[in-house]
Amino acid sequence: MIWNEEYETLPREALDALQLKRLRDLADRVYGTVPFYRKKLDEAGYKAGDIRSLSDLSRLPFTTKTDLRDTYPFGLFAVPMERVVRIHASSGTTGKPTVVGYTRRDIDTWAELMARTLSCGGTTKGDVVHNAYGYGLFTGGLGAHYGAERIGAAVIPVSGGNSKRQILLMQDFGSTILLSTPSYALNLAEVMAEEGVDPSALRLKCGLFGAEPWTEAMRREIEKKLKISALDIYGLSEVIGPGVASECLEEKNGLHIFEDHFLAEIIDPATGKALPYGEAGELVFTTVTKEAFPVIRYRTRDISRLIPNPCSCGRTHVRMERISGRTDDMLIIRGVNVFPSQIESVLISVEGVEPHYQLIVTREESLDVLEVQVEVNESIFTDEVKGLEGLARRVERDIKDLLGVSCKVKLVEPKSIQRSEGKARRVIDKRKI
Amino acid sequence: MKVEQISIFLENKSGRLAEVTGVLAGAGVNIRALSLADTADFGILRLIVNRTDQARQVLKESGFTVAKTEVIALEVPDAPGGLARILSTLDGVGINVEYMYAFVQRSGDNAIIIFRFDELDRAIEVLLGAGVRVLKGEEVYAL
Repeated sequence: MIWNEEYETLPREALDALQLKRLRDLADRVYGTVPFYRKKLDEAGYKAGDIRSLSDLSRLPFTTKTDLRDTYPFGLFAVPMERVVRIHASSGTTGKPTVVGYTRRDIDTWAELMARTLSCGGTTKGDVVHNAYGYGLFTGGLGAHYGAERIGAAVIPVSGGNSKRQILLMQDFGSTILLSTPSYALNLAEVMAEEGVDPSALRLKCGLFGAEPWTEAMRREIEKKLKISALDIYGLSEVIGPGVASECLEEKNGLHIFEDHFLAEIIDPATGKALPYGEAGELVFTTVTKEAFPVIRYRTRDISRLIPNPCSCGRTHVRMERISGRTDDMLIIRGVNVFPSQIESVLISVEGVEPHYQLIVTREESLDVLEVQVEVNESIFTDEVKGLEGLARRVERDIKDLLGVSCKVKLVEPKSIQRSEGKARRVIDKRKI
Repeated sequence: MKVEQISIFLENKSGRLAEVTGVLAGAGVNIRALSLADTADFGILRLIVNRTDQARQVLKESGFTVAKTEVIALEVPDAPGGLARILSTLDGVGINVEYMYAFVQRSGDNAIIIFRFDELDRAIEVLLGAGVRVLKGEEVYAL
């Protein structure tokens, strides 16, 4: 189901033309209103009218989380406070929170984008939207709320927590659409099991889950346990909040980025160079319609790929692959970017289970050496040497095929990989550079 | 006809073998036969013990990766050509030996050898047909 048929199915050329017009407008607007951007654009040698094609985007400077902190709280706002109608802020686990603002039109745009997202999951008038995203400074709750109202669905602004009451409301109010983090959805399923509530007796049909990374295995688990379709949605407060991209029910394979509002790029996080479609790298967003808090080339630190192939749902907007990791964990080995999540995906496909592993990088005679230590658990242990050696060689080969980097797989005993607070430390870099 | 063997994954680092045997000693488990297959990085310790399930349990609780494998124990005449005759019988029908190791104890005048074959059941059939004595599990654990 498509909320905005005209814009969401715009042919590529028309979409490109619209993006170019909006990008030009954005660059000139922030140059005139935000001293931070004016300085950065000057340093990059930008002159008004310099944007002639979409490829000129890659000549604009990046904006980072640090820039947001340095200009705390309102340094990047592009409108006077008289025009700001809402302020949200991220929790800010390190240092100060990041603050974002919205004009009345921004709130309107956001509602439209969340209406599109909810429609991706089949939400219409008459649906009862159970919104378990947190309400408050966090963008999740209110962002989703306005989208559901825009559609004309009935919203239950239940927010997070108190799972038993959530389940009671789901039963009594007949919730049909669930909005929450994927881990909270699993928690709800567990509490239902404990309380003897049969999920198939509920009216729930679809859940839109985001705000944290999750996996295909989690999707299958949620779908099985709650008897619903589970979609991945993506957003971050620096860009707008939820409503940046969403999977569709038709394919559940990659999230459509609402490209009439956001320009997406994938860059090499080490060099900053823009990468072609299909290559994995850091997601970068430029908001071309936002008024109060526009960002130019905001580096998300999330790892994804862009998929340009047409989708059977009819949307023409490019899709991003499910987030596979964070650039903070990235390693550069012999000039190749390696993300622990890529190694993990190889191990999962070979072993069929989530393994405990650790990457150890050393430098021998000016050459980087990658060792992948994998704990041998009962599911992969065989009594014969050739079986275990075959497994190690297969993992080495698959990693080489995927990353183009050769490594040595070393099988180690269970629990021999250090764990800190229950979580394994994935990377040990012993190189002295 | 089959004998249960436990296999333990070990990293090649000092003290691991001592730890396994220590755990078994603490549980009062007696080792009847053993062999260690090793590579540059890791080893597989294979044991026949008097109480297989208990041994497996205590080793798992101590954090080892343990598997149970079925092998067979044969009586081999302790004379020149005793083992050769058995192996050529198996070779003649295309049965492959994965690994083998000798038992410490003897059975009368005969040696006991533990075998792991790719086709365990067919091997037993062939060996019985050739007049080789295949020991029962209980006989082996009690030796």
